[in-house]
Amino acid sequence: MRFKDTQIEMSHGAGGKASRKLVEGLFAPLLLTDAAQMLSDAARVEMGGTAIAFTTDSFVVRPLRFPGGSIGELAVNGTVNDLAVSGAKASAMVVTFILEEGLASTVLEAEVRAMSAALKRAGVSMVGGDTKVVERGKADGMYITTAGIGIPMRGVHVDARTVRPGDKILISGPFGDHGITILLARQDLDLEADLVSDTRSVLPMVEAIAAEAATGIRWMRDPTRGGVATALNELARDCGLAVELNEEEIPIHDAVRGACELLGLDPLHIANEGQFLAVVSAEYADAALNAVRMTDGGDEAQIIGQIREQPAGAVVVNTRYRGTRIVEMLVGDPLPRIC
Amino acid sequence: MRYVDEFRDPDLITKASDEIRRLANPSRHYRIMEVCGGHTHAIYRFGLKDILPENIELIHGPGCPVCVLPMGRIDDGLAIAKAPNRIFTAFGDMMRVPGAHGSPLEDKARGTDVRIVYSPADALEIARKNPEKEVMFFAIGFETTAPSTALTLMSAMSQGIDNFSVFCNHVTIVPAIRAILDSPDMRLDGFIGPGHVSTVIGCRPNQWIASVEGKPVVTSGFEPLDLLQSIVMLLRQLDAGEAKVENQYKRVVPWEGNRAALKVMAEVFELRPYFEWRGLGFISQSALRIREKYAAWDAERRYSVPETRVADPKSAQCGEVLKGVLKPAQCKLFGKECTPEHPIGALMVSSEGSCAAFYNYEYRKSQLTSISAMA
Amino acid sequence: MCLAIPGRIVELISGPNEVGVVEVTGVRRKVQLGLLADDMPVVGDWVLIHVGFAMSKISERDAAEQMHLLSMLGETEQAMEEVRGYGLGERASDDIGHHEAPTRPN
Repeated sequence: MRFKDTQIEMSHGAGGKASRKLVEGLFAPLLLTDAAQMLSDAARVEMGGTAIAFTTDSFVVRPLRFPGGSIGELAVNGTVNDLAVSGAKASAMVVTFILEEGLASTVLEAEVRAMSAALKRAGVSMVGGDTKVVERGKADGMYITTAGIGIPMRGVHVDARTVRPGDKILISGPFGDHGITILLARQDLDLEADLVSDTRSVLPMVEAIAAEAATGIRWMRDPTRGGVATALNELARDCGLAVELNEEEIPIHDAVRGACELLGLDPLHIANEGQFLAVVSAEYADAALNAVRMTDGGDEAQIIGQIREQPAGAVVVNTRYRGTRIVEMLVGDPLPRIC
Repeated sequence: MRYVDEFRDPDLITKASDEIRRLANPSRHYRIMEVCGGHTHAIYRFGLKDILPENIELIHGPGCPVCVLPMGRIDDGLAIAKAPNRIFTAFGDMMRVPGAHGSPLEDKARGTDVRIVYSPADALEIARKNPEKEVMFFAIGFETTAPSTALTLMSAMSQGIDNFSVFCNHVTIVPAIRAILDSPDMRLDGFIGPGHVSTVIGCRPNQWIASVEGKPVVTSGFEPLDLLQSIVMLLRQLDAGEAKVENQYKRVVPWEGNRAALKVMAEVFELRPYFEWRGLGFISQSALRIREKYAAWDAERRYSVPETRVADPKSAQCGEVLKGVLKPAQCKLFGKECTPEHPIGALMVSSEGSCAAFYNYEYRKSQLTSISAMA
Repeated sequence: MCLAIPGRIVELISGPNEVGVVEVTGVRRKVQLGLLADDMPVVGDWVLIHVGFAMSKISERDAAEQMHLLSMLGETEQAMEEVRGYGLGERASDDIGHHEAPTRPN
């Protein structure tokens, strides 16, 4: 369907339905050579007979620093994670800085140092970059874009179309921490909590699964903007099956729950920066879960649901009370509500 | 979470739903209206329909302040905010609700300074921090929310913050219930009464529903066990042939309501002679406006208001759905022209509107299944 | 229609307005207490919060009574009788024909 919205709004960048409409209605038909690439967080390209994974991501978070992380660290981890959940280990990266006139050099240096540390942790080389400066008021201090290439992990094939009924859904840990931390850090809502962003590289956990259960992996995704609900709705649509979650298995920190109850938000719609979802065949589910739990930072991983035939194309939560509900993709950003 | 988790206890929920099955007369069909959009939302969120017997039908009532707000009011509010140096503030609920010329978020993209607030007090704070701007709070809500707006206006006056104003759309719940009961095609057995509204107005204003209309009313909380217990209490009354007002939500709702809140409301607001409800039409004495004493903070007096009137498309059957005559999916537009992304009718615009709640949580279950069965 | 949730008062702040800090499972926010002017809460009290205002004090006793009734559901005839009595029948009679919304300010 052609993109017909009259203007760009924040929702087009929020990762939900509006973003998808923009990509599918405008970018993909005019720019992409292979529509199947849209289904993945990173593209697969053949270069002289060698397959590589290739991706890019931009970072416009405000505030630049927040409890548990900062824009620089995000910029490295985001691209490392996009490659990891496509089944590839990041090897090289380039970066573009868009800096606002008047940005304090100390702020910039802090972010460059954060990037440097994240690169070391992920074992990735930065091989090039570009800098632009825009007039004061044209950017929130700085925006960062990174692009990375990675080498596919042996035996790992991530493709929603291989997902089968009975497969299990794994999450690497409690979700919503990043989105709620940012929401609180902006201070518009005057809320406080002892909560830190989950910003981190998920590569070690993905490598652990790949080592123990590579052939069982069907699909992976890092549930960033739009949250777990959006990632799983895309999965449901792309595989043509139902994604079924068991509410009581869903890991979530108290403060995230409290903030969501207070603001009328669904944790399933909140952004994450250090978690990933995987669909694993039933016979490999335990091995995959153990592999993640044994990895540093993966001890709260859970199997949160399974793939079913029906209702095809939808995400369903089994509530604790023998009831069910559909979880929709959001139209735009989650907005606090009072009714 | 205390006072939340214990009312979501799965074992007790099973017990309560068993009790409902035991009490419900299998040869009878029960039509119960939950007045509050909050109840509607909870019913879908917790999947309560799945655990109720089929002969208990829940009809979603008018208690969604976003849904019943006429589109023209949004256009009016945004028209005022468009002038230079003004800031439009509103709850997140309002942000995607379209007027005839777009939603607050669309106007934000066009350059209006639109900000989401969690509290009217936060809107006043924005005014305090931006003395060179004029800050307008687009107030919505029933009697639960109106006292907060009133207290905020009193603070604005006492602190002399005069770059602040309120565009008041507060409505009262009882006239809407009466409008629904007056509708000739209405048949209801009982009401799950408004919970949080009753913290302010108490249980007494619902008394006429029991004594005059002969329908039982149970003021109910919003957790799954609250709703199930309220249904138990309604079934017991119906079984005994009684019609009275009971308070299931005693832990929060005092029978007499909150006198301090009512006093604050009476200080700041008076009844409008009539007000338009989207889907229900004009209802007399069903909304609040700001008293003369606070005129300086009343956006409707302070600015010229275009008084936009926007009619809903004739094909939208919101009124019938609002009155429980039609189920959301029985409306001709439901799920086709009218969806949460492109709401045409009142009940699709807010996540707690009965059409949106049904669409988001329930409708796709059946719709997706039937599509995949066809494929 | 109105999202409101319970929070515990953890601090009272002095100033021109009645303000307190509430905590909801690890999340803290300032709330206005002015609507509870008739019965000001103290630190440790649980209140119902809506749009940043405390609307009502939560009664521990009534919550416990409700839980008790819920746990008895369907168990004994006696419990049924209690549920029947749980409510406000005793106060209903003087309100016959009472039509007016008390929200109507006068």
